[in-house]
Amino acid sequence: MKLLQKTKTDLMALVACAVVYAIIQGLILADIIGPFWQLNIVLIGINIILVVSLNLINGFTGQFSIGHAGFMAVGAYVSAVLSVKFQMPFLVAIAGGALGAGVLGFAIGLPTLRLNGDYLAIATLGLGEIIRISILNISYVGGASGFMGIPRYTNFTWMFIFTVFTVFVIKNFIDSTHGRACISIRENEIAAEAMGIDTTRYKVLAFTIGAAFAGVAGSLFSHYFYIAHPASFTFMKSFDILTMVVLGGLGSITGSITAAILLTFVSAALASYPEWRMIIYSVMLIILMLYRPQGLFGNKELSLKMLSRWTGGKNNGSTQGN
Amino acid sequence: MDSSSIIIQIGQQLINGISLGSIYALIALGYTMIYGIIRLINFAHGDIYMVGAYAGFFATTIFKFSFIPALIFSMAFASLVGIIIERVAYRPLRHAPKIAILITAIGVSLFLEYGGMLLVSPQPRTFPVLFNAEVYNVGGMVINSQQIVILVVSLLLMVTLTYVVNKTKMGKAMRAVSFDTEAAQLMGIDVDKVISFTFGIGSALAAAAGVLVGVYYNSIDPLMGIMPGLKAFVAAVLGGIGSLPGAMLGGTILGIIEALVSGFWSSTFRDAAAFAILIIILLWKPTGLLGKNIREKV
Repeated sequence: MKLLQKTKTDLMALVACAVVYAIIQGLILADIIGPFWQLNIVLIGINIILVVSLNLINGFTGQFSIGHAGFMAVGAYVSAVLSVKFQMPFLVAIAGGALGAGVLGFAIGLPTLRLNGDYLAIATLGLGEIIRISILNISYVGGASGFMGIPRYTNFTWMFIFTVFTVFVIKNFIDSTHGRACISIRENEIAAEAMGIDTTRYKVLAFTIGAAFAGVAGSLFSHYFYIAHPASFTFMKSFDILTMVVLGGLGSITGSITAAILLTFVSAALASYPEWRMIIYSVMLIILMLYRPQGLFGNKELSLKMLSRWTGGKNNGSTQGN
Repeated sequence: MDSSSIIIQIGQQLINGISLGSIYALIALGYTMIYGIIRLINFAHGDIYMVGAYAGFFATTIFKFSFIPALIFSMAFASLVGIIIERVAYRPLRHAPKIAILITAIGVSLFLEYGGMLLVSPQPRTFPVLFNAEVYNVGGMVINSQQIVILVVSLLLMVTLTYVVNKTKMGKAMRAVSFDTEAAQLMGIDVDKVISFTFGIGSALAAAAGVLVGVYYNSIDPLMGIMPGLKAFVAAVLGGIGSLPGAMLGGTILGIIEALVSGFWSSTFRDAAAFAILIIILLWKPTGLLGKNIREKV
């Protein structure tokens, strides 16, 4: 019965995704959405992948990582090398980017996840910067001037497929036994360990999955903008992603998606006032944190049930019992 | 290259490293004090250093101050900015989740950077020459008067800080709050006042570093605080966060290593070296060189 219920909601979500896709694709084909907003829609998708994958690490597993841009950079460069230097098809390049970032995430996560709290945050920040500076010094991938001449394979369709795929995989991971183990680590690491959960293994697992998806986002990014440049992957980019995660709510996937859409949209809407853009952005950030420190959704998910509760459908709740 | 010239080279890089390192140390002291007292990585601290540099710049160009008054003016101005930031952005979040305060700190940092760009224009400015730069030659090594001034000023400030923290009543209160905030409150210490004071002192030190850098490199810009801010944080962690002598030691070591890396290898790897040290120290001794090992209670 429960399985049937789950399949039903999954199917409904899939239909909803298809409808959203059809509407936006239709608007693009009808030329109602111009190139500027098309670009921002692709950016929204890439940001959703980044934010949801970082939320897996920060929000669900409770490991404070602020080096996500580093993994994105690895994905961007590995996939670019595969498609430019080895003429691989797009999907292989993306898989390579994800694999590269995932392997690096595993290699980095294994030693550093012993640290906790602020120390882990600083370590990941430092590692992100080390990755970026190393890329800056590899002339094979263009060094400081960036990796140029990457074909534009990413379009709205690819972006949409990968965004839905990412959200689907991470959502199901969280709902699985492994995901529950990750959440228990966030709630209380010592108690989780006492219950027989191999905390190191799950922390590294979540970190690796998060890194791999950041690699996917990086691949999509470099194959959209024709170029992979070290300056796109500074710690400011990591902060950007982290901001979206916290704004949406640590441990809320729908929150992450909303925050990614909202912040990308705000920053695009302010693009015509370049000198005021970051100031408004930063003031907004401070005010939001002052008045809603737990993020927009806290750790709750936005769902139809929640919506009906908001609209006053109180009698709905009593029939949920069976 | 024969051995004597290598020794001279090393000596030269040591001199450069120590003067760079004392700047890092001044910024790192603020980081370490603020972390020690409210457990916050104050990402805006590097930007306070930028604010200090600009305050010094305007003090010398508009008010025609000489070096020492400009330094004092800039320190006072920055400590005011620091106190206001704490009051407006951090104090309301005292009991909020730690990550919310961290995001606020990032917000404040962005605000100072881009607000600074709007206010003083993003172009780098040339810092006026405040005293004649003389170059001394000591056994083949070159020391200029700016380096000596940096060293003397930072040493003076560090000695003053050590005195304030260890010998005055306020310093005692600071140490008490950092040791156990609630117990300190129960003993009648005004925690909010102590935290404000800490932000004031930390910001003043960062501003002094900003003015010294302006004097040394002759160029300041609104984004100048980002990298030194991060590096100073590395220095604070290296020395053991929360420990004042640790921040001084960490800053100096970091400066020396950076100078050696850029002198003997490649300056592009200089930043990577700082972060590599950070990772190594975190994995090997997370509490830093002089940090105390605190066992976590279950």
